[in-house]
Amino acid sequence: MDFPVLSVIVFTPIVAGLLILLIPGDRKTEIRVTALAAAVLALILSAWVYFNYDTALGGYQLMEHHDWLPALGISYIVAVDGINAPLVLLTGVVMFTGVLISWGVDDRPREFFAFLFILASGVFGVFVAQDLFQLFFFYEIAVFPMYLLIAIWGWVQTREYAAMKLTLYLFIGSVIALVGGLAMYFEVGLNTFNMIRIAEAGQAGAFSQSFQIFWFPFVFLGFAVLGGIFPFHNWSPDGHVAAPTAVSMFHAGVLMKLGAFAALRVGIMLLPQGAEYWRWVIMGLATVNVVYGAFIAMVQTDFKYVIGFSSVSHMGLVMLGFSTLTPEGLTGAGIQMFSHGVMTALFFAVVGMVYDRAHTRQINELGGFSKKMPWVAVAFIIGGLVSMGMPGLSGFVAEFPIFMGVWRVAPIVAIIAAISIVITASYIIRIIGKVFFGPMPEAFEHHIGDVTVLDKVALVVLCVIMIAIGVYPAVMSPLVASGVESILRLFGGA
Amino acid sequence: MLLAILPEILLLVLIGFVIALDAIWKPERRRILGWVTAGGLLLIMVVALLVSRPVDGEARLIFGGMLRQDWFGFAFKLLFLFSAAVTALFAMDIKGAGQKGEFYTLMLVSTLGMNLMASSADLIMLYLSIETTSIPLYILAGFMTRDDKSVESGFKYLLFGAVTSTVMLYGFSLLYGFSGQTNLYHLSLAFYDAQFPDLAMLAGLLLVLVGFGFKVSIVPFHFWAPDVYEGAPTPVAGFLSTASKAAGFAVLLRVLMALFTPVAAGYWVTLLAIVSVLTMTLGNFLALAQKNIKRMLAYSSIAHAGYILIGVVSLSQLGGTSVVFYLLGYLLTNLAAFGVVVAFWQVVGSDEIASYAGMSRRSPWLALAMLVALLSLAGMPPLVGFVAKVFVFAAAVQADLIWLAIIGVLNSIVGLYYYLTVLKVVYLYRSPDDDKPISVSRPYAIALLVLTLGIILVGTIMGPWFAWATTAAQGIF
Repeated sequence: MDFPVLSVIVFTPIVAGLLILLIPGDRKTEIRVTALAAAVLALILSAWVYFNYDTALGGYQLMEHHDWLPALGISYIVAVDGINAPLVLLTGVVMFTGVLISWGVDDRPREFFAFLFILASGVFGVFVAQDLFQLFFFYEIAVFPMYLLIAIWGWVQTREYAAMKLTLYLFIGSVIALVGGLAMYFEVGLNTFNMIRIAEAGQAGAFSQSFQIFWFPFVFLGFAVLGGIFPFHNWSPDGHVAAPTAVSMFHAGVLMKLGAFAALRVGIMLLPQGAEYWRWVIMGLATVNVVYGAFIAMVQTDFKYVIGFSSVSHMGLVMLGFSTLTPEGLTGAGIQMFSHGVMTALFFAVVGMVYDRAHTRQINELGGFSKKMPWVAVAFIIGGLVSMGMPGLSGFVAEFPIFMGVWRVAPIVAIIAAISIVITASYIIRIIGKVFFGPMPEAFEHHIGDVTVLDKVALVVLCVIMIAIGVYPAVMSPLVASGVESILRLFGGA
Repeated sequence: MLLAILPEILLLVLIGFVIALDAIWKPERRRILGWVTAGGLLLIMVVALLVSRPVDGEARLIFGGMLRQDWFGFAFKLLFLFSAAVTALFAMDIKGAGQKGEFYTLMLVSTLGMNLMASSADLIMLYLSIETTSIPLYILAGFMTRDDKSVESGFKYLLFGAVTSTVMLYGFSLLYGFSGQTNLYHLSLAFYDAQFPDLAMLAGLLLVLVGFGFKVSIVPFHFWAPDVYEGAPTPVAGFLSTASKAAGFAVLLRVLMALFTPVAAGYWVTLLAIVSVLTMTLGNFLALAQKNIKRMLAYSSIAHAGYILIGVVSLSQLGGTSVVFYLLGYLLTNLAAFGVVVAFWQVVGSDEIASYAGMSRRSPWLALAMLVALLSLAGMPPLVGFVAKVFVFAAAVQADLIWLAIIGVLNSIVGLYYYLTVLKVVYLYRSPDDDKPISVSRPYAIALLVLTLGIILVGTIMGPWFAWATTAAQGIF
């Protein structure tokens, strides 16, 4: 591999962000065009990576390895496997659509795009990192711009509170995980942060069982905070609601996957015996996530809070899939991360479009929007069906294997968790009925217009992806399954 | 042998030069002394790097055992020279300080003292150099004689400094009295002699720690810091919180390693681990309540002393390296933070955090420098504060001090809170003066650019700096 495509993907956003900072602040069009160009480049490259991954070959591909700090065994290693290739693509998609939807940001767009792109670099960096130190490095880069993005461009009423809450939650989680990571580094004693080598050493018995059992909760829960695991999910709906549209998309669409992914990569893959010991606890917490999140979403009156809690519920399914430690469950969880990312990005985009025009998100005050913006209504209905797990859409491809996996290890949990599908249907249908159909309030009749072309492009891209995976799962399932296979090999090939 | 103290000799030459120019030049030209001082210091750094670099892995006592030529002292000398140069740039445009030759002279004398502190190997030399460092700093803190707060600051610093240094001197006298030695490296041999009573050794340890604790502002000798930083001219506060603190840590490490390890290691490791927890926690929690940015930075610098102590008590190669690396990162970062505060104060005339509202609209670049500095203090990548913290915590985990690492990381969350609060004011809040740009004069622009780039570069390309810190740390073992 001569062309360092993964490094280019990782550094494109941050370089673009720095370039944007150099453009004078009042030349807003140039700023937006630069941002779009970088996003398109990242999208094309990440799609290239996704479609060029050789499933037959499996394992880590497109690997780049550079020494970073040899004295401590820190290196810069990037590679993709079946688990993170879809997530790289997801980030590309969300970045692209996020830029399109943020075209209208008018307050200091220069800083907005610069911070957003620093965040994007951090996210790409975590997904492809194969070195523990590097993973933490990019993880923190992904976390702190959130604060400014939410606090400056967020919803005036709660942004300061929500931004601080989110940042502190995530930072606590990551530093606790960091201590766990350091403990692993010294326990292995190979003077390397290379996760592939640590995993190999772990297989060879470098970690005693008691070590794994002690540290697994630190590492797994530390990261899972960002994945929105109960009872540390509280920051997430507040953060989603307060954030500006593109940031909500990024946040729910990509960032929460970051937490789940890191929990898988560092927690489950490096400490498999710990995972086996704690799996029932995780399964319990995840079930609470799934069901409780759905119930809370049902009673919300604010459109954006409904979506925020639905994310908590759907991320619970990802954790549930992890906790099964079965091929079906993990494959489903992998696809769910992608599917939910696209779906929730779509949801938040729709919420943003509605709010920008109606200036309210109270479901009772809205109505009849399908007349004024039919594209948005259709897109939301497609997203809603994905969220309910309708066959023919990506949600089904993801959720069905998860429930299969859960059924294999604990049928009763599968039954309880399946309740959430009904609840999800109820709140999605309620929103569709209230917001997009029914009579439109008098006040809105005159000043509500349709969305812009750029918005429509973003919605179409997101919908097409969800339908494509639903109709033809073979574009994703075998890929994720190949990644899962190598995880399960750590568990003795279950 | 003279080559080893060439930086100090050149510093004396520079001092003479500054005094002479001060006498010759007319008052309105004296601002240029800032450029002369900064340029001279950089030149000394270059010369020192070329000529008086110690041989790798080799340490020798020189001048009758008064000084020890090793990489540890040398690395710190470079840090002091650098931060003095930056401080000179920051001071240039301060009314009542930047146009006075005395200011630069005093600062250079203090730097000379720090240079000697970092390499002194004898109790007498150590005491003399500490006083050479401190006395000019007392004057500098009270330099604004028309300003009550500055005078108060100078007096407070003098009183605390004089008391703690007396206590320390008493500790020195105990050590000398029981051993008949003043050289640190010979004294440690005397400890193995059964003649040296444990009690005297412990008393010596405690009394000496009082003096050093004051210099590095650890609990319970931290009370002076907020008041002195608040009242002192801001560049001086920056200098106190970086170079002076680094000098304190240099002697702390050297004396602990040379004298009290391994004989008394059990005592001081436990003691300093507890002090570290108290220092971090108290510094961070008190910083939460501050309304004045200089007081906030003062408490934050107390908290950072606590983090650095984590590296000290790890008592390992990695621990020593992490301390030196942390000090390097902290020096760059805190100087940048104080630099922004000075530049902002020059235009706005206030140090209240509330007055920073609208800063990002008034001067996006200054706001960005503030962002970089504060996030680095909070320990966010890709800035140096992140790697520095990781190294310190790694040292603690390696030394099986996991509880200390956990307390450390939890503390860094408290820290994040108040740094973000300031950034919120800078980026989010509006002020009626939103449309009045803040002009930043050239010395600030240069210094802040160098510091900001330094924060990012050291934080991303750690290799050479880590190697440098490792070599330095090897010098004291």
